[in-house]
Amino acid sequence: MFRKITLSAAIALGMTSGAALAAGGAEGHVEDYAFSFEGPFGSYDQMQLQRGLQIYTEICAACHGMQFVRIGTLADEGGPALPEDQVFAYAERIEVFDKSLADGEGDFRPATPADKFPASALAGAPDLSLMAKARAGFHGPYGTGLAQLVQGMGGAEYIASLLHGYEEAPECAPEDMAGSYNTVFTAGGFPDSCKDEHGNHLVPGSWIGMPQPLMGEDVEFADGHSNELHHEVQDVAAFLMWAAEPKLNARKEAGLTGVIFLIALSVLLYATNKRIWAPHKGKKKH
Amino acid sequence: MSGIPHDHYEPKTRGEKWLHSRLGIVGLIYDTLMIPTPKNLNWMWIWGIVLAFTLGLQIITGVVLVMHYTPHVDMAFASIEHIMRDVNGGHMIRYFHMNGASLFFIAVYAHIFRGLYYGSYKAPREVTWIVGMLMYLVMMGTAFMGYVLPWGQMSFHGTAVITGLFGAIPFIGEAIQTWLLGATAVGQPALNRFFSLHYLLPFILAGLTIVHIWAFHSTGNNNPTGVEVRRGSKEEAQKDTLPFWPYFVIKDLFALAVILVVFVAIVGFMPNYLGHPDNYVQANPLVTPSHIVPEWYFLPFYAILRAFTADVWAVKFVSFITAGIVDAKFFGVLAMFGAIAVMALAPWLDTSSVRSGRYRPMFKAWFAVLVVDFFVLMWVGAQSTDFPFDWISLIAATYWFSYFLIILPLLGVIEKPLAQPATIEDDFNAHYGNPAE
Repeated sequence: MFRKITLSAAIALGMTSGAALAAGGAEGHVEDYAFSFEGPFGSYDQMQLQRGLQIYTEICAACHGMQFVRIGTLADEGGPALPEDQVFAYAERIEVFDKSLADGEGDFRPATPADKFPASALAGAPDLSLMAKARAGFHGPYGTGLAQLVQGMGGAEYIASLLHGYEEAPECAPEDMAGSYNTVFTAGGFPDSCKDEHGNHLVPGSWIGMPQPLMGEDVEFADGHSNELHHEVQDVAAFLMWAAEPKLNARKEAGLTGVIFLIALSVLLYATNKRIWAPHKGKKKH
Repeated sequence: MSGIPHDHYEPKTRGEKWLHSRLGIVGLIYDTLMIPTPKNLNWMWIWGIVLAFTLGLQIITGVVLVMHYTPHVDMAFASIEHIMRDVNGGHMIRYFHMNGASLFFIAVYAHIFRGLYYGSYKAPREVTWIVGMLMYLVMMGTAFMGYVLPWGQMSFHGTAVITGLFGAIPFIGEAIQTWLLGATAVGQPALNRFFSLHYLLPFILAGLTIVHIWAFHSTGNNNPTGVEVRRGSKEEAQKDTLPFWPYFVIKDLFALAVILVVFVAIVGFMPNYLGHPDNYVQANPLVTPSHIVPEWYFLPFYAILRAFTADVWAVKFVSFITAGIVDAKFFGVLAMFGAIAVMALAPWLDTSSVRSGRYRPMFKAWFAVLVVDFFVLMWVGAQSTDFPFDWISLIAATYWFSYFLIILPLLGVIEKPLAQPATIEDDFNAHYGNPAE
């Protein structure tokens, strides 16, 4: 069934997985998704973050945690901006461990917006708070980072590509190979039977511990937005980008204000400089 | 103060006279700000003010960050996230501080290479140069220790690698490493002391800045011609110079504003571009990142550290005559510190009587190669140690030493310099025209 869904998605879209196979190298192919938060003027798409939150809550949170993200920030401007009552309702559904309860013994209680998301429930499932920033280096340590600079590619692209990169294991792999085959993930196990005599990988990617989490049509959005796989992976990647960098909108606004102010200051200082030096300079000879 | 004759502060009112007879602070400020400065200084003479500004920026943002930071192995990483998420403006303060380190090093490298090209290190400015080199070392130490504080993966494992360098010193290396870390491995004691020193060293840097400025105010600034200011009389000196305020302050501030446009754009739009993504993963002693690469500003010297492997004949030779005491690892450490030491010795290695590279045709070419060499080292420092990168780093590292130890001494003897202008005034008027005409 996995294969059917993946294949049909690949054929229907004719993009990510097909492109990854066509590339055929050992390097995973990271798709350059057009996220709304790229570039100096980019900002988060509030509705996309809310959809991503829903996917995170219904799928990812079963194993993963976000221990650095405060639940109350879901109401923040420039984030998912949920109404306050919804944030309270959301928090109540989460159980957190409170050391101050039961006479210092500690006990579980429903969370409040002041609490943080719980840590990962499954040992081995990494915390997702900063994943979108921690995985921005997919070009490898020797990469120039030019894709990051020119195309605005980053951890969000990597996450979306990885979630979209699950495929049926190639035939060269042994039956009992641990993990799931993913064309984008390169840090996992790789069977010797899929290498040529020089040790070069014959298929891209490697075997990842996480089974394919999103198949497409995993969640139903209240507003009827598409829940096809390639939409879901972008939504959840955008949400994780917000989780890692919640002040992105404010930062870019501050940057723009700063740049405009400093350009104006530069012009004034240039004119001042010209004027004070003028009496000491003759007419230019060249 | 500078030996260049100029007007000094005269207290006029009763209040000024009262203060001046008790504390000459106004006079000191006046003499510092009104110092006669060669009027032909070009745009490479602006980096000093950029550096002074950046030191101030780092101290101010750093002091605020410390208010919210917790130097504990279990809490440091979370406290950085607290700054990024909960502290008002904390994300901007931290990004300014983080990228401020890069601005600092861009400026210091431009400043150093300006000095190397225009011969600013030559007599009588050797003390300015040596103090500057000390400042550069303090800067590197500060930057390294600051990088440890977020307690991410790169912080932790980078610290293990760098302190491991001291472990390469024969006989006492291990003891030194343990003494530096306060333990046999990177952990709580190391984090505490690096935090303490990271707060202390910038103030030492501020102190050295005063000594650095004092030193070049004693000799007067160098300038693009390398020709000294005429000091026969005040009138003569005034033909070559203009007071620092307002002429150079405004010029430097203009340059600073332009540089800050780029800096603020980086902080605002791509603040993590120059950093390592791995440092957004909390330190885990059990998981070593597959590639530990230092920050970009350490890469040239990191490349020199790695260039001398055990199969280089020079390393084999030294290892042989020292009966194996100097092995490849220690050789690399010596080479890295040696690369900075030869730079510090430039005043005595350069035999040319001509100060400015502008009038030294052969020097110009070799210097251009040195600049390229520096960037090659920076690039190769981030590459793997496989072929061809091992050869590239070896050749580039060898050139670095050759430039200072062979080329600089030799050029002074064999080079035929071009004619220099008689005075700074001549040079200035040749560029901008004579205002009297």
